Amino acid sequence: MSDNLQPRGSDDAAFAQPLYTPIKRRSFFMYAGATAGATALVLAGCSKDNDNNPVSNGISLGSGDVGVLNYAYALEQLEAAFYAQVVKTPASDFQTGELAYFTQVAAHEAIHRDFFKAAINRDAPGKILQDLTPNFTSIDFTKRASVLGAAKTFEDLGVAAYNGAGILLKNAAYLVIAGQIVSVEARHAAYVRDLLTPGSFADDNQVDANGLDKQMMPTDVITAAQGFITQKLDASSVGK
Amino acid sequence: MNFFQIIDQLAAVDPDVLDRFDSRRSVFNSLGSVAKRSALAATPLFLGALFQKAYAGTKSTPVEVLNYALTLELLEADYYRLFLAAGTIPAGAATAAITQIKKHEDAHVALLTGAIRSAGGTPVTGSSTAGVRFKPSAFPSTYAGQLQVAQLLEDAGVRAYKGRAGELIGTTLLTTALQIHSVEARHAAHIRTMRGQLPWVNPADDLASNAIYTSGVTATPSTTVTTAGGSYGIPAYTAASPTENNTVQSNVPLTSGLGATYTAADAAAAFDEYLQAAEVVDASRAGGLLA
Repeated sequence: MSDNLQPRGSDDAAFAQPLYTPIKRRSFFMYAGATAGATALVLAGCSKDNDNNPVSNGISLGSGDVGVLNYAYALEQLEAAFYAQVVKTPASDFQTGELAYFTQVAAHEAIHRDFFKAAINRDAPGKILQDLTPNFTSIDFTKRASVLGAAKTFEDLGVAAYNGAGILLKNAAYLVIAGQIVSVEARHAAYVRDLLTPGSFADDNQVDANGLDKQMMPTDVITAAQGFITQKLDASSVGK
Repeated sequence: MNFFQIIDQLAAVDPDVLDRFDSRRSVFNSLGSVAKRSALAATPLFLGALFQKAYAGTKSTPVEVLNYALTLELLEADYYRLFLAAGTIPAGAATAAITQIKKHEDAHVALLTGAIRSAGGTPVTGSSTAGVRFKPSAFPSTYAGQLQVAQLLEDAGVRAYKGRAGELIGTTLLTTALQIHSVEARHAAHIRTMRGQLPWVNPADDLASNAIYTSGVTATPSTTVTTAGGSYGIPAYTAASPTENNTVQSNVPLTSGLGATYTAADAAAAFDEYLQAAEVVDASRAGGLLA
């Protein structure tokens, strides 16, 4: 496992690639943020032009069980992209062992994403959600605290999403698969919470007086996740 | 997998199997062509759903499932009572963590007991001296041993909830069960890190060979287990659950079938596995820890 640990300064080497050479990391993110802001302004300006089109609530995740699978696929795409970036540009203040852990979490999430892609294409040909473009401009990947905070958000949200989506599934085989994944997400969540605040793996903010974890329905989850996804998603028909 | 051979074999031991598929019988009649049959056989998830439907009548009632869950929660709660009373846990973070976990197990016991009463059932009961409780002779003497059993109980609980989720499909009880399930997974992750293990089940675990992470028992028919504290149903057991080092999910080989190459360790860790009730209550697992 220790061979996953990169020596201090290796991330600087990663940034020695031509694309990054002209600007240092911190300024890169400043530019990235400014660009995202500018893009948002441009898009806001464009939206008026689209007013003549039929009202669009965004890209539909679909209905029924396929909708639930696409919903999970959307969240796994988001998580996989996040951890891929964490591993690609590790925070300079990661503590010993943390990059190795995140490297494994990145693999788990990539497997979840690719599994859903394979399963949806097999079971519901032509109905798979498109590849999403993440928007991580609000996350400073150079800072451990920012990365851990975002990881906690994604993992706790993922757990609540799977917990809430179970009742929407009609097919027991899909339910078992969802159950097999959600407990791994909960393990990730507990771990990253403990990294942020030792002993907070299942604290009273997350687990209620009945000993229950959170659960959320798709439209609420997508609302919470939408800020990290460039495309607008519509989860209103998931499971219906 | 030869789908139609399986149907034929089932029909040999269970002449009513096609009737069990009820309205789906017409589906089979319409599947005249080999091409259509092949297309159906290539859809394992559909197959799983079909069997689930076909044998839906043989599943337990929600109260039986809840009593099974309650039995495991009583076992866990009593274990943590013993653990905290043993005086071995270091003061500070470790004691706080075990206290927090026990609080959740106690809450699960209260919640499930109430849910069973609300459904008109009789909840199993347990205390430190009677009914469902941890077997005193199985309680380890060292802190390391005590943490080890805690990990096994939590990881077994995570597997056990998955094993019966399908019986609660479409009900609000399912949501409650899932909300308990993910809390057990959080507990398992924390106890694992207290032991210097990875938070997720993986082939390099020091306890990887324990029966909790494997599967299988002697085949048994559907039974009702009666203990001093009450009874709970155990569905018939005919085939072993996947082991935790499984790297194939829904017939998709995760290491080689996803367009990217993943290690067997990552593939195994990315998915937790279910464990059927008969396997959980077997003497090699939780059954061996019940007084």
